[in-house]
Amino acid sequence: MFENITSQLLFGQVLLGLINGSFYAMLSMGLAIIFGLMNVVNFAHGAQYMLGAFVAWLLLTFLGVPYWGALVIAPIAVALLGMLMERLLLRRLQNLDHLYGLLATYAVSLIVEGLIRQRYGSTGIPYDNPMPGGMNLGFMFLPYYRVWVVMFSLFTCIGTWLLIEHTKLGAYLRAANENPNIVEAFGINVPKMVTLTYGFGVGLAALSGVLAAPIYQVSPSMGSNVMIVVFAVVVIGGMGSIVGAMATGYMLGIVEGLTKVLYPEAASVVIFLFMIFALFMRPSGIFSGRSEGAR
Amino acid sequence: MNSPVAAVIQDSRVATALLRVENLNAWYAESRVLHGISFDVREGEVLTLIGRNGAGKTTTLRSIMGVVRKRTGSIRLGQEELIGKRTYEIARAGIAYCPEERAIFSSLSVSENLLLPPVLRSGGMSDEELFKAFPNLRVRAASQGTKLSGGEQQMLAIARILRTGSRLLLLDEPSEGLAPVVVKEIGELILRLKQQGFTIVLVEQNLRFAKKVADRHVVVENGKVADVLTAADLESGMDRVQSYLGV
Amino acid sequence: MNPRLIIIFVAAALAVAAPFFVYPVLLMTILCFVIFACSFNLLLGYTGLLCFGHAMFFGGAAYITGQILKTTSVSVEAAILCGALAAGLLGLVIGQLSIRRQGIQFAMITLAFSQLVYFVLLQMEFTGGENGMQGIPRNPLFGFIEVRDSFSFYYVILGLSAVAVFAFYRIVHSPFGEVLKAIRDNEARVESLGFDPERFKLLAFTLSATMAGLAGAMKATVFQFATLTDISWPVSGEVILMTLLGGLGTLTGPMFGAAIIILMNDHLAGFGEWALIAQGVILLVVIVFFRRGFVGEIGALVKYLARRGKRPASAPVTAKPAVEPNG
Repeated sequence: MFENITSQLLFGQVLLGLINGSFYAMLSMGLAIIFGLMNVVNFAHGAQYMLGAFVAWLLLTFLGVPYWGALVIAPIAVALLGMLMERLLLRRLQNLDHLYGLLATYAVSLIVEGLIRQRYGSTGIPYDNPMPGGMNLGFMFLPYYRVWVVMFSLFTCIGTWLLIEHTKLGAYLRAANENPNIVEAFGINVPKMVTLTYGFGVGLAALSGVLAAPIYQVSPSMGSNVMIVVFAVVVIGGMGSIVGAMATGYMLGIVEGLTKVLYPEAASVVIFLFMIFALFMRPSGIFSGRSEGAR
Repeated sequence: MNSPVAAVIQDSRVATALLRVENLNAWYAESRVLHGISFDVREGEVLTLIGRNGAGKTTTLRSIMGVVRKRTGSIRLGQEELIGKRTYEIARAGIAYCPEERAIFSSLSVSENLLLPPVLRSGGMSDEELFKAFPNLRVRAASQGTKLSGGEQQMLAIARILRTGSRLLLLDEPSEGLAPVVVKEIGELILRLKQQGFTIVLVEQNLRFAKKVADRHVVVENGKVADVLTAADLESGMDRVQSYLGV
Repeated sequence: MNPRLIIIFVAAALAVAAPFFVYPVLLMTILCFVIFACSFNLLLGYTGLLCFGHAMFFGGAAYITGQILKTTSVSVEAAILCGALAAGLLGLVIGQLSIRRQGIQFAMITLAFSQLVYFVLLQMEFTGGENGMQGIPRNPLFGFIEVRDSFSFYYVILGLSAVAVFAFYRIVHSPFGEVLKAIRDNEARVESLGFDPERFKLLAFTLSATMAGLAGAMKATVFQFATLTDISWPVSGEVILMTLLGGLGTLTGPMFGAAIIILMNDHLAGFGEWALIAQGVILLVVIVFFRRGFVGEIGALVKYLARRGKRPASAPVTAKPAVEPNG
C-alpha cells in the first residue's frame, strides 16, 4: 500500500496539513476564547474569517493597500464590526438560553455570506501571493509564503496564549470565565471586557482570513468550508480551552494531511471520527480540566 | 414597622449612615424574595444580618452589589443612589463584596487571585502590607488558588478586597464551614479591620460568632427586616433571637 | 361543536382542494418540510434536545427510499416507510451513542455524525456522489395505482402527512409526551421521580429521526431525485429556523414556519442569494423580538386579550366569581 508514496508526496502533504492546521489552530483559538467567556458558540466565525480575506482584497483592489497593510487593517476593521454586533445584538441575548446567541451569530453569517455572494458571486477571487517562490529542499519544494503562514500562526497562537496565561489582562479574562459577577464586583467593567474579547476573537478570525487569501483564494464560502472542521477541533480540544484549541488544531491538520496520503477516502471523515472518539473518551474535551457537563 | 425597630431606625439617623437601604425589593426571575428591606449602616460599625437559611440575607447583599439585577427601592451610599447602577459602578462607588462561595478562581494562582481586584481609590492596603498581614498567602503565592484550605481561601477572599481601598465591606458568611480555630482568627481579623476604620456588613448564621464581632444585628426573616438589635439587646434578649433563627 | 374540530375540518377541506389552485409540487414540498419541522420540534421544543445533524435522517432516508424504488418494484408508500424506518434505525444507533451528552456537546456530536454520514454517502456508488441520485421512479401505489402525475401523488403525500401529524399530536399529548416536556424543563427532577431520562430521550430521538426520515423519503419521491445537499448543514439550519419562526414547543407553529419558509424560498428562487439573506434576517428578528415564534406570539396575544376581557370595569353584585382563564 505504501509503495506509491514518494517522500515528495508525504512531505508535501504534511506541509499542507501543517498549513491547514495553522488555520484550524488560529480559528479554533478565537472560538475557544469567545466561548470561554461568553458561553456562545460564535457561528459567525467563518463569515468573519471570510470578511478578513475580503477586506484584504478590497483594500488591495480599491485602495492599493498591499498585503502587509491589510494584515494590520483588515483584522481591526472586522473586529470593530464584530464588537458592534456584540454590543447591539449579543448583549441583549446574554440572559437567555445560549442557544439564542448561537443562532443569532448563525443568522448574521447567513446575511453576511449571502450579501457577499450576491455582490461578488460564488467563484473565488485570486489574491496575489506576496511572497512568491520558494526553496527546493531536495525531498520537497517549500514555498516561502507557506513557511511564513506557519511561522506567523505559531507566533500568533503562542503570543495569545502568553497573553492569556501570563498577563494581568489574561488573569481578568480567566477569572471572568469562571465567575463574571464577582469579577465585576471588584469594580472591573466586565461588559466592556466581553465586547473587547469578542472583538479579539473576531480579529483572530479575520487575521486568519488575510493569511488565507493568497493560498485559498477569496470566496464567500471559504468560511463555511472550514468552519465545520474548526467546530470539531474546538469540541475535541475542549470548548473553552485555549491550549486545547491550539494543540488540537495543529494535530488534526497534520493527521488530515497524513490520511490524505495513506488512505485518501477517509480524509474528510477522519476528523469527525476523531471527534466522536474523543467525546466518548473525555466528554468535555481532551485538554479541558473540567469534568463532564460542567458548562 | 413595630416600635422597637422604628425607635432604632430613628436612633441611627442621628449617627452617620454610610449606607442607607430603604424599601428594597428584589426578584429572582418572577418570584419576589425581598419585601421592602430597610436598614442603615453607620460609619465604622460592624453590622450583622442574621436569620435562618433562606431568609434573604445573602440576597440582600447581592442586591446591594447589583448582582441581583431585578430590584427596586433605594440604596444610598453617602449621597450616591445605587439602585439602577451596574455592579462595577457600585464597586467603584466604594463597596467591596466577599461572596458566600468565596469565589477563589481555580485558573489563577494565589497571588493572581490576591492581586486581581484593581485599586479603586487610595487608602487600600498595598501588596506588601497584604502579604505582611496574611503571611500564609506569600508562602503559597504560586499555588493554584483552589489548592488552599478552606480557612486560607476565606483569608484570601477577604484579603484581596482590601486592595481596592473601599471602606464598606460586605462579607457573606465568612465563618461558614471553618474549624473553630480559623473562625477565631477571622473574628480577630474583622475586629482589627474595624479598628482601622472599615465599615463591615456581615451575613451570619453563627450567632456566637456574630455576637463577638458586631455592634448591631439586623434580623431578617422571610425577606423582611424583623428586628434590629444592639449588641446589648442581643445579650439580654437571646431567647427572642433564637426564636427568629428557629433554633 | 368543538372549535378545534371545526378548524381541523376546514383545514382538511382546504388541503383536499388545494391542488386545484396551487402548484402541487410546491404543496408537496411544504408538506415534506412540515413533517420535517414537526420532527425537529419534537426533539427541541418538547424534549429540549438540540440536534445539529437532523438533515442526516432527512437526506439519508431519501437515498434509501430512492434506492429501493430504483432497484425493486416495491410500491411507493412501502418504500417511503422503509426509508423512514431506516432513518429511525440510524437514529437509534446514533442516539445510543450521543444521548448521554448535554447541551452544546450533544449538538456538536450530532453535527459530527451528520458530517460523517455525508462523507460516507458521498463515497458510496449508489448515491451517485456529487450528482445525486437521479430518476427515482414512482412505483405504483399499493402495487397497482398509478401516481406518476403530481396531482394524484399529492393526495398520497397528503395522506402520509396527515398520519404523521396525527401521530405527532398523539405522541405529544400522551403520558410519554408529558415526561418529555418534564425532561425539557427539569431533567434532574424527572430523574428524582424515578424515571430514566435517557431512555425517554433516546425514544424521542428515534421517533424524531423516523419522522424526519419520512419527510426526506417523501421528498425523494416528490422530486424524484435525492442529493447530498439534503444531508448538509444548511438543511439542518433551515429546519431550526422553521421551528423557531413558527414557535418552539407549540404544536402547529413549526408547520406554519415550514410553510412560510418554503413559500418564501419559492418566491425568491429567482433572486439569487436573497432567499438565504432573508432567512438570516427573519431568524434574527425572531430571536430578538419574537422568541415565541409566530404561533407562540399569537397565542400569547390571545391569552392576554382574553384576560383583559374577563376583567370587568365594575363588577355587578350578582356576577359569578371571576374564573382564571386556564393557562
